[in-house]
This record gives sequence, C-alpha cells and structure tokens, in this order.
Amino acid sequence: MEFIDFLRSTWFVLVGVLLMGYAILDGFDLGIGVLFRFLGKNKKEKRALLNSIGPFWDGNEVWLITGAGALFASFPHAYATIFSGFYLALMLVLFALIFRAISIEFYAHHDEGRSFWEWSFIIGSFLPSLLYGVALGNVIVGVPLNSSMEFTGNFFTLLRPFPLVVGLLGLNAILLQGSTYVAVKTSNDIQTRARNITNKLWISFIVLFVLSSILAFIYVPGSVGSILSWLATIVVIAGWAMIKQALKKGKDTLAFYMSSLTFIGLWGIVGAIHFPNLVKASNDSALSLTIYNASSTQLTLTVMLIIALIGMPLVILYNVYIFKTFKGKIRVGDSN
Amino acid sequence: MDVVLLSRIQFGFAAGFHFLFPPLTLGLTLVIFILESLYVKRNEEIYKTVSDFLVRIFALIFVVGAATGISLEFAFGTNWSNYSRMVGDIFGAPLAAEGVFAFFMESIFLGVLVFGRNKVSKKMYRLSAFLVLFGAHLSGLWILIANSFMQTPAGYEIIEGRAVLTNFFEAAVNHSTLERYSHTIIASWVAGSLLAAGIASWYLLKEKFIEHAKILLKVSIVVFIFAGILQLFTGHLHAVQVAKTQPAKLAAFEGLWETQTKAPLSLFGIPDAEKETTHFEIGIPSMLSIMVYFDSNAKIQGLKDFPKDERPPVFIVFTVYHIMIILGTLFVAMALLSSYLLFKNKFWDSKWFLRLLLFSIPLPHIAIQTGWMAAEIGRQPWAVYGVLKTADAASVVVPAWQVLFTLIMFVIIYTLIFVIFMKLILKIIRKGPEPIKQYSY
Repeated sequence: MEFIDFLRSTWFVLVGVLLMGYAILDGFDLGIGVLFRFLGKNKKEKRALLNSIGPFWDGNEVWLITGAGALFASFPHAYATIFSGFYLALMLVLFALIFRAISIEFYAHHDEGRSFWEWSFIIGSFLPSLLYGVALGNVIVGVPLNSSMEFTGNFFTLLRPFPLVVGLLGLNAILLQGSTYVAVKTSNDIQTRARNITNKLWISFIVLFVLSSILAFIYVPGSVGSILSWLATIVVIAGWAMIKQALKKGKDTLAFYMSSLTFIGLWGIVGAIHFPNLVKASNDSALSLTIYNASSTQLTLTVMLIIALIGMPLVILYNVYIFKTFKGKIRVGDSN
Repeated sequence: MDVVLLSRIQFGFAAGFHFLFPPLTLGLTLVIFILESLYVKRNEEIYKTVSDFLVRIFALIFVVGAATGISLEFAFGTNWSNYSRMVGDIFGAPLAAEGVFAFFMESIFLGVLVFGRNKVSKKMYRLSAFLVLFGAHLSGLWILIANSFMQTPAGYEIIEGRAVLTNFFEAAVNHSTLERYSHTIIASWVAGSLLAAGIASWYLLKEKFIEHAKILLKVSIVVFIFAGILQLFTGHLHAVQVAKTQPAKLAAFEGLWETQTKAPLSLFGIPDAEKETTHFEIGIPSMLSIMVYFDSNAKIQGLKDFPKDERPPVFIVFTVYHIMIILGTLFVAMALLSSYLLFKNKFWDSKWFLRLLLFSIPLPHIAIQTGWMAAEIGRQPWAVYGVLKTADAASVVVPAWQVLFTLIMFVIIYTLIFVIFMKLILKIIRKGPEPIKQYSY
C-alpha cells in the first residue's frame, strides 16, 4: 500500500471515530432532549435533567464540529458534495442545533418563555437525531451524482426506505444513550422512568436493527460478504443483550456503557460496508466519491495526522477530567 | 435573484451576527482570569463574587457564539462547495485544528467555570479560567489563519485547478496572519473590557453594588487602557501589511485612484466608482506614503492600476474603514483620558466619564463589524485573493430559492435570539454580582 493510501484509510477511520464520539457523547444529551417530557414530569425534575448534562453538552457538541472539520480537511469533495447536495436537510439540522443550544441556556433564565424553550429543546434534539441517520443511510445506499461529483437528486431523493430506517435506528440508539445516562445520573422517580423507557427502547432497537440489516442486504451490494461487518454485528448484538442484563441487576452505569458499545458496533458496520466509499453514486458506481478520488493531498493528510496525534490525547484527557469532576447523581430540587 | 449574491448576504449576515459574541468572550475571559488570580492571591470573597457574576454573563454570550458558529463551518460546504473543492486541501485543516486544539479546551473548562465552583479547588478554578482564556485565543488564531489564507494566500500551488498545500507553516503563518490576529484579538479585549467597565459604571451611577463595581471597573479599565492604546500600533501594522500585500484593498480604504508618490492620507471623501474619483476629498498630503514606507516619495498604487473587474466596491469599503478609524481614535482618546483621570485621582468622581463608559459599550462592536467588513468586502471580487473569485466559489447545485428561504430563516431566528439574549443579559446585570446559590452539582 502506498503511503497516501494508508493516510486516506487512516482518515476514513479517524473521521468515523470523531463522528462516533459525537454520536455516543452528544447522543446522551440529544436523547435526553427528545425524551425530556417523558423523563421529567415537573419543573424540578426537568431542571435536574438539564443539570445532568449541563457541564457536558457543550464539549460533546465539539465532536461534531471537529468531525465535520476533519471531513472537510481530509475529504473536501465529500464535504462539498454532501453539504451542498443535502442543502435543505442540513440547514434543518443546523437550525435545530442552534435552537437546541440556545434553549438549554435560555430555559434557565427566561421565565416567561420557558415552555417555548422547552419545546425548542425537544424538537431541536429530535430533528438532528433522526436526520443524521437519514443522511448516513443515503451516502451508504448511494445518491445520484454527475461526473463533476455533484448531487443531482432533490430533497425527496433523500427519503427512501433504507435511509429512513437507518434514521430511525440512529434515533433509537441515541434515545438509548439518553435513557441509560439518565438512569446513571438520577434516582427515584426519574430513574425508574428512565429504566422503563430503556426497556421499551431495547425492544424497538432490535426490530429496527433487523429491519435495517435486511434492507442493507437488499440495497447495499457487498454488505453480506463483509467479515468485518459481521464482527461488528456481533458487537452490536452482544452490547444490546448486555443492556438488559445490566438493567436486571440494577447496574445502570454498565447499561450506559453497553448502550455505547452497541453504538460503536453500529459505526463499525457502517465503516465495514462503506469503505472505501464516502458517497456512493446510485446511478453509476464509477462516479462514486471514494477515499481515493475525494481526498486531500498527502502533505495535508500528514499534517492533519500530526495534529490529531498531538491533539486527540489532550481531548481525551479533558473529557476524562470533566466526567470525573462531575460524576455522581443529580438531586432533584437541589438546583438554582 | 442571483444565488451567489444571496449566499454572500447569508454568510455575511450569519458571520456578522456570530462576530458579536466571540470578541466579548475573549475580552471577558481576560477579566475573569485576572479576577480569579486576585482571588487566589488575596483570598477575599468579593473577587469570587464579581468573577461569578461575569461567568454568568460569559456563559450566555458563549452559548450564543458557539451556537451561531456552527453555521459558518457548515456554510463552506452548503453554500460554497466549489470553494471547498478548490481550496479544501488547505482551508479545512485549520478548522479541524481549531476543534481539536482549542474548542474542546474552551468548552470543557467553561463547564468547570459554570458548574464547578464548589467542585474544584481555588487554584484549579483559576487554571480552568486560564484554559478557557487560552482556548478562546487559540480558537481565534486558527480561524484567523484560515481567514488570512483567503486574504494573502501562501504555501500552495495550483495543480489541475485546485490549490494544493506545499508548505503548511507558510500557509498558516502567511503574510497577514500575525497582523490580523493581533489586531482582532486586541479589538476583542477592547470590546470585552468596555462591556465590563460599562456595567460597573452603571452600578456606580446607580449607587448599587459599589464595592463590587469598583473592583470590576479597576480591572477592566486597566485592560481597556492597555488594549485601546496598543490597538493604535497593531492597526498601523495591519494597514502597512494591507498596503504591501493587498494594494487594491488599501486603495479602496483610502479612496485613492491615481498611483502616486506623496500619497495623501484620506480623512474624508465620497468615492465614486463610476467617475473614478473621490468627491469632497480631505486628506493629509504625503501622509499615506510616510505611514506605509516612512518615505514621502514612496509610491502608493491607486485603484486605476487595477482592471475594473478586480476592484472592490470602493464606496462601502471606504466608508466602513473610516468609521472604524474614527472609533479606534476615540478609544485611544478614552484610554488616555482614563489614565489621566486615574493619575489625577479624579476617576471615581467623574460621573460624566462613567456615563461615557456606559454608553460606549456598543461602540467596539461597530468598530469590529466595520473593520471586518472593510477586510472582507475589500477583498472582493476575490474569495481567495488572486486565486479564486467569489463568483466561482458558490455551490452549483443549490437553487436560489432555497438560499433565499434559509436566509429568511436566519434573519428570523437570529432576530429572535438577539431580542431574548438582550433581555436575559439585562436581567442578569440588573440582578448584579450578589452571591447567589450555585448550580447544583
């Protein structure tokens, strides 16, 4: 393998790892956003839910900003094609993310507008949680591209069965992150509710997972034969099964870790069946964007790798520090 | 409507709105860090109370800044996809590096500042304040590295129509990075310190929280004096750099049409692109040549030296540049006046001056916005100076109606955010720096 191909493959993995980090970490606060009204029944409980993510959600969102930046830097053509091609869908995600971030802060200060910001937090969490999977499903199953790498479909091209099911599966995984996290951080009523929700999500997850696997066999050629994807599938199934075991024993932290492991497995499947593609062309596979025709140059990929090798250990250090500092349960009613 | 124009308006609006907030976070963290250092050193609760108060303001500002910042990163893909294809090999790396090196640090330790007062030691809290300060400034560096590449590209060559990186260090520390960075950072200190000083002045005028206000004002006015005067020098260096590396922009700043020695420094005028002249021109003879080259016989290029389709829109660039200069001069005057009043021991009794500080809170923002407009509109018609025209940078697959739609959405959403933001920040300020119960954790 030539050095540049090693770099391209490495960056395929690293971009995936950054987006996976985002899915797992921001996943729990997005999930809490979607489940907000199911988990918190009064003002104090809702305040406790927000406090449980207070010190973390900001840093969690940086994984997205960094992941998008890394995609831009390492595969600019893929960044250009996806972001311009999915213009309206991504703008919807963007507006949702803006509303969501603002509402977490405004909710605390703006008494008259509280229910507005509550709903903007919920909807602002729901739309991205669903649409990320839809977008990912689309680049995996392929979208129509022309010879200048430009998207030639429209908004409704994005809403096909496979991407929609992947969207729902992603949403379900994010909700599981949220519900298992809340069980870790709370006690009493909220915790019981969170565990009950986890039980329900546990079942819907496997239904959606089987359904999306069947659709993948149909729509994504080569997905049956990938050994790596089978290994990742084992991780998903094992993680999923362990969530239930952990719940039964009341080990909430373990359940959260297992939910995260399930998510890692899902990303493993995506990487295994998608490599070396970045955006598949549904009309002619020769037009697909791959790590070979869409990447930056060897020098840029090398510089980026150095940046990652220096920076990422620090990032992990900061993350460990913040989670250690604010470990432990939130008490309801003990808030500002 | 033209899709390129719509995308420009949208990006300009989104970036301009975003740019109201990060400068404040840069300036305020500096004040917060100084307060925390004083708290560790003197161990008096009042420093903590004042700092906590600023952290509350800071958190609100930071969130709006962070939330509106994502749209800019997205915009390079959504609205400027040709730009991303053309220069992504160089432009993407600083954005990714900003996330890795700076934004994580800033966001995570902000979590400690907002929620961790009772969770970490005094020194760890001060360290967190420093890391937020450092992260914010590092973040600004990477963003301005990216921006500077658009102004004075270096360390690249064009291969098969794409700009390809040949030297990372040259691309990053190009001909305008350091000048732009120092000028922007110090502008941010002016904005942040004047906000803090203005709030403190308001308390003094209202005779509320007097002890807290005095501490806040002391710290922030020192930062303001330092930054306000220093800006004179960074501004000068930045203008010299523009003259040498982007002569068309400087000519537009000055409304200078003819290439000439003994070029005048323009004080007033109404540039007319059609007639290629500047009406009612008032200037200081030879001053521009002297300021740029320390030599009145030095030649300065006029706009007529450039083909018509490579000149920036001169009227607006000239106007916003001069607004910035007037405000910058005002800040220098205010900084000198503050030092004089402090020196003469009249500072605390000069109610008129406290009132001036209060009403000056918005002025640095006008200076920052106009300065930024001068830099970016002055770069036109280029997206990357001399390399890629803005007209060729936009996405080709996004229809105009979609951009119009999202532009309207941006205006509605940002207006709503701004109104509520103002309301909430005034609420926090009215409540004042009284010790309140911390967030539970």
